[in-house]
Amino acid sequence: MNGVRNRNLGGDRTGHEGGARRGGRNRRWLLFAALTALAMLMIFPVYWMAVSALTPGGQSQSSEFYLWPSDPTLANFDEVFATQPVWHWLGNSMFIATVGTALSVCVSLGAGYALAKYSFRGRGVLYAAFLVTIMIPIQVTLVPAFLMVARAGLVDSPWAVILPTLFDVVGIFIARQFMLGVPDALLEAARIDGAGELRTFVRVVLPTCGPLVGVLVILGFMNRWNDFLWPLVVLQGNENLTVPVALSTLTNNPAFSSPWGAVMAVATVTVLPLLLVFLVFQRQFVQGIASTGIK
Amino acid sequence: MTTPSGIATRPTATTAADDDEPRRRSRSKAPYLFVGPAALLFLAFSLVPIVVAIGLAFQETATLGDGTWVGTDNFERLGSDPLFLTSLRNTLIFTVGTVPTAMVIGLALAVALNRPLPGRAVLRALFFVPMVAAGVVVGVIMSWIFNTDYGVANNLLGVVGLDRVPWLTSPQWAMFTLILVVVWTRVGFCMVIYLGALQSIPNELKEAAAIDGASRWQRFWSVTWPLLRPTTSILLILNVVFSLQAFDVIYVMTGGGPGFSTTVLIQYVFRAAFIDARMGYAAALGLVLVAILLLFTLLRQRATRKAEEVL
Repeated sequence: MNGVRNRNLGGDRTGHEGGARRGGRNRRWLLFAALTALAMLMIFPVYWMAVSALTPGGQSQSSEFYLWPSDPTLANFDEVFATQPVWHWLGNSMFIATVGTALSVCVSLGAGYALAKYSFRGRGVLYAAFLVTIMIPIQVTLVPAFLMVARAGLVDSPWAVILPTLFDVVGIFIARQFMLGVPDALLEAARIDGAGELRTFVRVVLPTCGPLVGVLVILGFMNRWNDFLWPLVVLQGNENLTVPVALSTLTNNPAFSSPWGAVMAVATVTVLPLLLVFLVFQRQFVQGIASTGIK
Repeated sequence: MTTPSGIATRPTATTAADDDEPRRRSRSKAPYLFVGPAALLFLAFSLVPIVVAIGLAFQETATLGDGTWVGTDNFERLGSDPLFLTSLRNTLIFTVGTVPTAMVIGLALAVALNRPLPGRAVLRALFFVPMVAAGVVVGVIMSWIFNTDYGVANNLLGVVGLDRVPWLTSPQWAMFTLILVVVWTRVGFCMVIYLGALQSIPNELKEAAAIDGASRWQRFWSVTWPLLRPTTSILLILNVVFSLQAFDVIYVMTGGGPGFSTTVLIQYVFRAAFIDARMGYAAALGLVLVAILLLFTLLRQRATRKAEEVL
């Protein structure tokens, strides 16, 4: 209310109220048009992926080109699913992303709870040590981690991908920040009622953490589904690859004379699940990615 | 305030009184049980590999296996390695090309989409979509779009009557194309973070400036921009870290080529380790990268503190 009155006052004083408003409306439409054009440009690569996937040969053979699928067909999908173990790749990715996320979220919730709600010897040092790892690029630890996994005989197993990525600093950070906001009185009440520590955590604290778990699951799943470098290093057999790793090998796969149609079909299959989840859980997605920015 | 349990106000040392009571003892163990899995995983998959990596940097290894200690040879070799200097220069170009560009566009979008506009939610979502796609997917899509012979980018240039551009096949263009693509993936992130910050700025401040006769532009520079400074600072650090660690898109689109025109430091680390099988040298390169990251973070923090003191 105050805001509206203030704005009118300002307008009266400068005396340009009417003109400014008309100019403002035109400007707003101009802005809207510019933003829409820019948004089309942003979305174009994803659109083009779908168009190429639905066009035989991904349009690379025809001399003319169309900005829309001139003759949409699922031939590219049929071909690549028939000649490559795409279902295996999808299954591997799904297993790694699901199991990895589930375990990692449990680890992060526990750690976040301990770091937020208990004071114990070594807490500060431990938390600082956790946070420093954000600075360390994976390429630095890649070789030693690979040697460890190789020595454990896990190369080519999904567990080689899952285990080293269970420790998720960002997840622990987000969990701790959220748990700091859980009122101590709630914990006290549970303890006075005679609940043990684990029971207090599972029955009293966790039920208040719905939004936190949502963000952790979405973020964890997306990062695992899209992960590339570590799976590239530890997975080798064509049947054992995750979709992104397989996709990266497909561009120079000798099985296809012109790989682009097949590549775009697999690319579509890779983004589609996440895109759908994104459309449904947009708020949690944005919140999750934004909260990685506060680290 | 005294609480009967181990929360918040509990002294770090276990007192004798705690040990008298079994329930209390179980409580004092509880935090270790909760944080235990994370601490173990951290130890096994972060701390040990980091220590081993530091050790490797002082060794010479032929293949995956035991190496011999060579002291600081690996680090001394860096100065005379032309590829290291090239990769440093490429890293600088890539970072300077991506970070400010993505942040300026992200800020402009955030300011624009913070106003009441028709279809605002849909527009925001569209700008955000590139963030959801995996780096590899972005890489293959963009390789296809910027394909010199069949790519839609050159086809569209042809329609307008322009010559084909060797987007990814010429050393002069490849870095530019990569920067373009990475900015495309990064803009949505910058927009979301700036949007969050803009929404927390009270309207009264801008209105007060408006009453004082400040133009829209003046209001932005004198009210909004200073209030966004902490956000800008965080985004700058994050974007630099992202750019220094950018791997997937470059690996898929150019693999560091043509020639070594897009070999950035992180690409060179990977190359040294897994193509040239020089693990020790790769570890030394990796440590240089970490040093740059840490140095940048410290410098940035000091600059921010200084700026706050001056103001």
